[in-house]
Amino acid sequence: MSTLTAQPLSPQPLAPELPANHYLNESHGLKSWLLTTDHKRIALLYMASITLMFAIGGIFAMLMRLELLTPPADLVSDDTYNKLFTMHGIIMVWFFLIPSIPTTLGNFLVPMMIGAKDLAFPKLNLMSWYLFNIGAVVTIYAILSGGVDGGWTFYTPLSTGYLNSHVVAAATGIFIAGFSSILTGLNFIVTTHRMRAPGMTWKRLPLFMWSNYATSVILVLATPVLAITLALVAVERLLHFGIFNPALGGDPVLFQHLFWFYSHPAVYIMILPAMGVISELISTFSRKRPFGYAYIAGSSIAIAAFGFVVWAHHMFVAGISVYAALVFSLMSYAVSLPSAVKVFNWTATLYKGSISYRTPLLYALGFLGLFTVGGMTGLFLAALGLDVHIHDTYFVVAHFHYIMVGGTIMAYLGGIHYWWPKISGRMYPEVWGRLSALLIFVGFNLTFFPQFILGYLGMPRRYHAYPPEFQVWHVLSTAGASILGVGYLLPLIYLTWSYKNSPVAGPNPWGASGLEWQTQSPPITHNFVTTPIVTREAYDYTGIPAPALAVRSEEEASTYVS
Amino acid sequence: MSSQHILPRRTYFLVFLALEVLTVVTALVASIDLGAANTVVALCIAVTKSTLVVLFFMHVKYSSKMTKLTVILGVFWLMILLGMTMTDYVSRLWSTVR
Repeated sequence: MSTLTAQPLSPQPLAPELPANHYLNESHGLKSWLLTTDHKRIALLYMASITLMFAIGGIFAMLMRLELLTPPADLVSDDTYNKLFTMHGIIMVWFFLIPSIPTTLGNFLVPMMIGAKDLAFPKLNLMSWYLFNIGAVVTIYAILSGGVDGGWTFYTPLSTGYLNSHVVAAATGIFIAGFSSILTGLNFIVTTHRMRAPGMTWKRLPLFMWSNYATSVILVLATPVLAITLALVAVERLLHFGIFNPALGGDPVLFQHLFWFYSHPAVYIMILPAMGVISELISTFSRKRPFGYAYIAGSSIAIAAFGFVVWAHHMFVAGISVYAALVFSLMSYAVSLPSAVKVFNWTATLYKGSISYRTPLLYALGFLGLFTVGGMTGLFLAALGLDVHIHDTYFVVAHFHYIMVGGTIMAYLGGIHYWWPKISGRMYPEVWGRLSALLIFVGFNLTFFPQFILGYLGMPRRYHAYPPEFQVWHVLSTAGASILGVGYLLPLIYLTWSYKNSPVAGPNPWGASGLEWQTQSPPITHNFVTTPIVTREAYDYTGIPAPALAVRSEEEASTYVS
Repeated sequence: MSSQHILPRRTYFLVFLALEVLTVVTALVASIDLGAANTVVALCIAVTKSTLVVLFFMHVKYSSKMTKLTVILGVFWLMILLGMTMTDYVSRLWSTVR
């Protein structure tokens, strides 16, 4: 809790009112939403789409956890289980994690953080949302018409020659959604280069902008490789051209090279924007300029660059050359360095900061711990010897969930809470927020930590039956998943409730320094009444009222100000 | 802006002609067994054709330095994909060769 006691009173009124005109009431009706080119409304459209997809993917996860509660196969058949983990992966990776932060918080914040009225290509932005939904509908068609199995990785020749499920339909859905990613990335790159307000130099960009920029570069460069790889899968499956299937003269390892050339950087598409969110949260709630701003910004670019040269660490046991494996192992260790720079710098930022333990910071602290565990266990997997033992076991499942769920989703929810006052104009209920952060942290660890042990003991992934001695770990994991499910449900309920019922937030309830907090909440359609002129460095808190004073009611103020 | 540079039709026709000729050459070379050089020759022709398209049809020759840099970075990135994939294929048999 902040200890500030004698600051001048905030210019923000203690009981602010909602502004008369803002982007949410600028026009009304379904058409005004479906044809909007306002980046903020498109962000909300994306939020609705990916929340729905998250729910679908979550249902598949819960069914899997229920099946794994007991050693024998008793809830679903082996075929159904194969489909469950495949569709869980496809939905969660391509229709939730990849678009999660860039298309929601990124779309909402990128123009506002640089003082622009909108993205560079507003119509393209809307088109990307439609493409995403078309891709989602095609994938859901694949699910409803019988599903797809074989894993989210579409490994060949299994996917091209032997599966009798809807491989091509699912691949087509992902192919279409890929164009949505490319358009979003392109829009962010051009916007960052061309739309910055006067005075907003590169060195003054918020760290969220740097990480979104690095993410966008990956989106634009890597996604086409996935698209062409999936197209080749379809060509081989439908036309029997020998590309990946050795029986037809193809090379299955080539598929893995192409697939992981996209899919490893895809992990950075998920985690880099999350890192940007965490930089903002930690700075705001410790009221300090991030320690080593330039190094955090540079490490985002370094992660994007290094991320492209580590892909074959997914293939150490796939028969690749031992010499190539050595190179990729070394590069995989190297990519941990910029990640470590960030973790140490965030920790150093907290040191001697004026810390407020509000919900967003709780999520950020959760991220810090979980991402570190996920990152460190990644080094286990990058080690050529140890990888042979734990490859394709639950250790891998636990590792990437610590990064993707413990990292990305913690940051996503932390960001949603942090910017919720800006998005909706109202605060979220703090007590419920803290409870949800706690539930998610506990539930997550209970779900996935036992899986490290399971994997180390030798339980392979993608099996629906297992020896009885593994049951205790699976029971713990399923219990954790139940808590996690409740933890995810809570924000959906109380944020929806808060939209009408919570206290009005005012323009800058956190005493934050970013440009997005210098305009009203919710903002007008064009964000700023006049184009701002930036004269301060990023994260300069001089003269900005402390968060303890920027509260929403006199009653709450009296608890902070002595 | 430099991206609005207008080229004479003659240039487009000449580039088009060059692309057609190179396509015919590709087909003819495919019928001749050049041994290990088969792929090398085919790729050289393909790279030449794509370079012509990028430079003239996509106007990169007349674009800003930033555009040129973007193209160069794209090619460099493609080299990472191809080069590092080849580290696997080229060195697979090294450990079995005495």
